[in-house]
Amino acid sequence: MDRVLNKNLQKYFNPETTEEIKVIEGTHSASYAVKLARVKVISAYPITPQTSIVEKLSELCANGEIPAEYIKVESEHSAMAAVIGAESTGSRSFTATSSQGLALMHEVLHWAANARLPIVLANVNRALAPPWSIWADQTDSLAQRDTGWIQFYCESNQEVLDMIIQAYRIGEEVMLPVMVNMDAFFLSHTSEPVALPKQELVDKFLPPYKPKFKMDVADPHAFGGLAGPDSYMEFRYRIQEAMEAARELIPVVAEEYNHYIGRYHGALLEEYRTEGADYLLITAGTITGTSRLVVDEYREKGINLGLVKLRAFRPFPTEDIRRIAKNVKKIGVIDRNISFGQSGIFFSEIKAALYNSDVHPLLNGYVAGLGGRDVVPQNIRDIVEHLMKSEKGQDLVWIGVKI
Amino acid sequence: MSQIMFNIPKEENMGSGHVACPGCGATLSMRYALKALGLDTMIVIPACCWSIIDGPTPSSVNKVPVFHTAFETAASTASGIKAGLKAQGKDDVTVLAWAGDGGTFDIGFQALSGAAERNEDIIYISYDNEAYMNTGIQRSSATPYGAWTTTTPAKHPKDRPKKNLVEALAAHHIPYIATASVAYPDDFIAKVKKAKSIKGMKFIHVLSPCPPGWKSAPENSIKLSRLAVESKIFPLFEIENGWRYRITHEPKDVPVKEYLRLQGRFAHLTDKDINQIQKEVDLNWKRLKMKVKLSEEDEKLLAEIANE
Ligand SMILES: Cc1ncc(C[n+]2csc(CCOP(=O)(O)OP(=O)(O)O)c2C)c(N)n1
Ligand code: SF4
Ligand SMILES: [Mg+2]
Repeated sequence: MDRVLNKNLQKYFNPETTEEIKVIEGTHSASYAVKLARVKVISAYPITPQTSIVEKLSELCANGEIPAEYIKVESEHSAMAAVIGAESTGSRSFTATSSQGLALMHEVLHWAANARLPIVLANVNRALAPPWSIWADQTDSLAQRDTGWIQFYCESNQEVLDMIIQAYRIGEEVMLPVMVNMDAFFLSHTSEPVALPKQELVDKFLPPYKPKFKMDVADPHAFGGLAGPDSYMEFRYRIQEAMEAARELIPVVAEEYNHYIGRYHGALLEEYRTEGADYLLITAGTITGTSRLVVDEYREKGINLGLVKLRAFRPFPTEDIRRIAKNVKKIGVIDRNISFGQSGIFFSEIKAALYNSDVHPLLNGYVAGLGGRDVVPQNIRDIVEHLMKSEKGQDLVWIGVKI
Repeated sequence: MSQIMFNIPKEENMGSGHVACPGCGATLSMRYALKALGLDTMIVIPACCWSIIDGPTPSSVNKVPVFHTAFETAASTASGIKAGLKAQGKDDVTVLAWAGDGGTFDIGFQALSGAAERNEDIIYISYDNEAYMNTGIQRSSATPYGAWTTTTPAKHPKDRPKKNLVEALAAHHIPYIATASVAYPDDFIAKVKKAKSIKGMKFIHVLSPCPPGWKSAPENSIKLSRLAVESKIFPLFEIENGWRYRITHEPKDVPVKEYLRLQGRFAHLTDKDINQIQKEVDLNWKRLKMKVKLSEEDEKLLAEIANE
C-alpha cells in the first residue's frame, strides 16, 4: 500500500516541474489549464455542472491572471460561434459546456472542425433530459462522434489539466478542435490534489499558436464558400488524414509532456495490469478508478484480469485494441452511455474495431451508471463474474436497473 | 446629381465576377458598404444569397477577408473575430457582419440581440430583401403585410406586418442604428462611414430589391428602392443610443401604390388592400416623426439635467 501511495504522490508532485499543488475540483482544474495554455479568447455559457469553469475563468480574467478577451454570450451556440470567429483570426480560444449546451452547439461543432479550427472545449459529461438530470453520463459527447472533433476522456482532475494543455498542442498541429471530457460531479465537483506545472515549462511544451491560415487583412481570402461535388470530398479526405495524423501524434505529445512536465497518463489508451490477462475490462472516465481496485482484487486471487482505459475516442485506438485483444479470452466493455436501438457506444466501437482483426475474443457490453448512478466496486465484481461465466458474447447487459 | 456622386469613394473594394442576379440590391449594397469601409475590414457572411454571390470556394469577389458562417451566427462569429483581433492588438480592423433578413430578423435574432446587449464593437448590416431568397422565396418575419412568397401564396398572402427590427434594436440602446437604401448612395455611404467611426454596436438596415423574389424588373431595382423611401414605406433615418432619432431624407408624398404596383409579389392586392397599407404607412410615418420630436425634447431634458 505504501509503495502504491508513494508512486501516486510522485505522479502528482514532481517538485522540479510543479509550481503549486492545489486541492481543486475538475472544473477549476480546467480553468487553470486555460491559464497555463495562455488562451487569448474565451467564450462560454453557464450550465450545471460546468458553471464553476466559467466562474473561475471570470475571476481569473477579472483579476488579470488570464489576459484574455472573455465574451459572455447568450447561448452555447453563440459561444461556439464566437470561438470559431476568434480562432479564425489566429487567437487561441477556449470554451466549456455540458449536456444540453453541447447538444445545442451541434451544428457549429461541425463548423469548427470543418473549418479546421483547433479550438479546445472542456465538456462535463452530464445526462440529457428529459427527465432533467445533472449527473454523469457520456451520451452527450459521444453523440458528437461524427463532428470531426478529437475527443479525450479523463479519469482524474490532474488528467483534465494535463489533457487541456496537450489538447492545444495536438489540435494546433493537425488543425482539428479537441474536446476534453470529465464526468459530472465525480470529477467536476470532487476536489483532488492537482499539480499546476511551472508556466515556463508549459510554454516550452506549448509554443504560441501560429496558424497556417487565418483571417488577415494583409492577405485576404474567403473561407468556407460553396464547394461543389467536384471539390467537397477532398476537404473531408483531409480531415480524415488529420485524424490519422492525430492518432500518431497523441502518443508523441504524451511523451513530450512527460519530458517537460514529468507526468504521463498513457497514449490513446492506458493499459492497467493487462500483462497475461485472460479477462479484460474496458472503461472510460471515472469508472476506471473503481475498476482498478477490482482488478487488483482479482489479481490477488490469482485471476488474470486486466483493464484498458480508453483515453482517446476520436481518433479511435483501433490498432491498440486489436493488439491487446490478441491474447485475452474475454472482454467486458463498461459504458456510461447508450445508443438507443444498439448498445453502449464504446462497446459498438470496440466490436467494430475487432471485426477486421484475426482474433475475436468473447465480447460483452455492459451499460451502467447512466444519469450519475453510482458504479460501486460490487457492480464491477458482478460484471467480472458475469463475464467469466459467459459462453457467448452479449451486446447489451444492463447493470443495476430496477425494472 | 453630380454633386451626390462626388461623395462616393472611387475605390472598388468589391471586385467583378459576383454571381448574383441582375438588379440585385444586396450586391450593390456590399459595393457601397466596402467603398465606405475600405480594406481594413473583415466580413462575416452567414447562409444567405451572399454565401453564393461571393463566389465558390476558394474565390471571392471581395478584396477583404470573408468568413462564411452558419445561418444564425453572423453576430456571434463577428463578436469572436473582433475579440480575436483585439487579443492580438489589431483593434483597428472593422468587423462587418453581413446577413440577409432571415439571418437577422429570424434565426439569427438571438445572437444579434446578444451582441447588441454586449455592445460588441462590430458593424452589422442586414440587406433585407424581405424573404428567404437563397432557398427560393419563403416568407420571413421581414416579409411585408400582403406579400406573396412561396410559403404565403397569393390566396393566403402574409397576414402579419413586417417585424420592426430597428425598434427592437433601439430597445437595446446601441450607439448607432440606421436605415439605408441603394437609391441614396451618398446617404448610404455617409451612414456606413459614421458607423465605422463609432465604437460599439452599429446596425444598418438596407432595403434590397430582389427581382426574382419581388417579381420585379431588374432595371427597376433602383426605382423601387427610391419609391420605398419616397412613399415612406422605408424611411431613411438614424437612431443614436436608442433614443435620438433623426430623419436623414425628407420623403416626397408618393403613394404606396406606385411602389406596390411595380412588383408581382403584390399583384393580387386589391385597391382596398392598398388603401389599408397606405393608412398603415401614414400612421408609421407619423409615429416616426413623433419619435424625432420626442428625441428633441429628450435632448432638452438631458441638457437641463447636465446644467443642474
Ligand atoms: C440552420 C439552417 N437552417 C436553414 C438553412 C437554409 N437556408 C439557407 S439560406 C436561407 C434563407 C436565407 O434568407 P435571408 O437571410 O433572408 O437571406 P437571402 O437568402 O434572402 O439573401 C435558409 C432558410 C440553413 N443554411 N441553416
Ligand atoms: S435572389 Fe435576389 S437577393 Fe438573391 S442574388 Fe438574386 S436578386 Fe440578389
Ligand atoms: Mg432575405
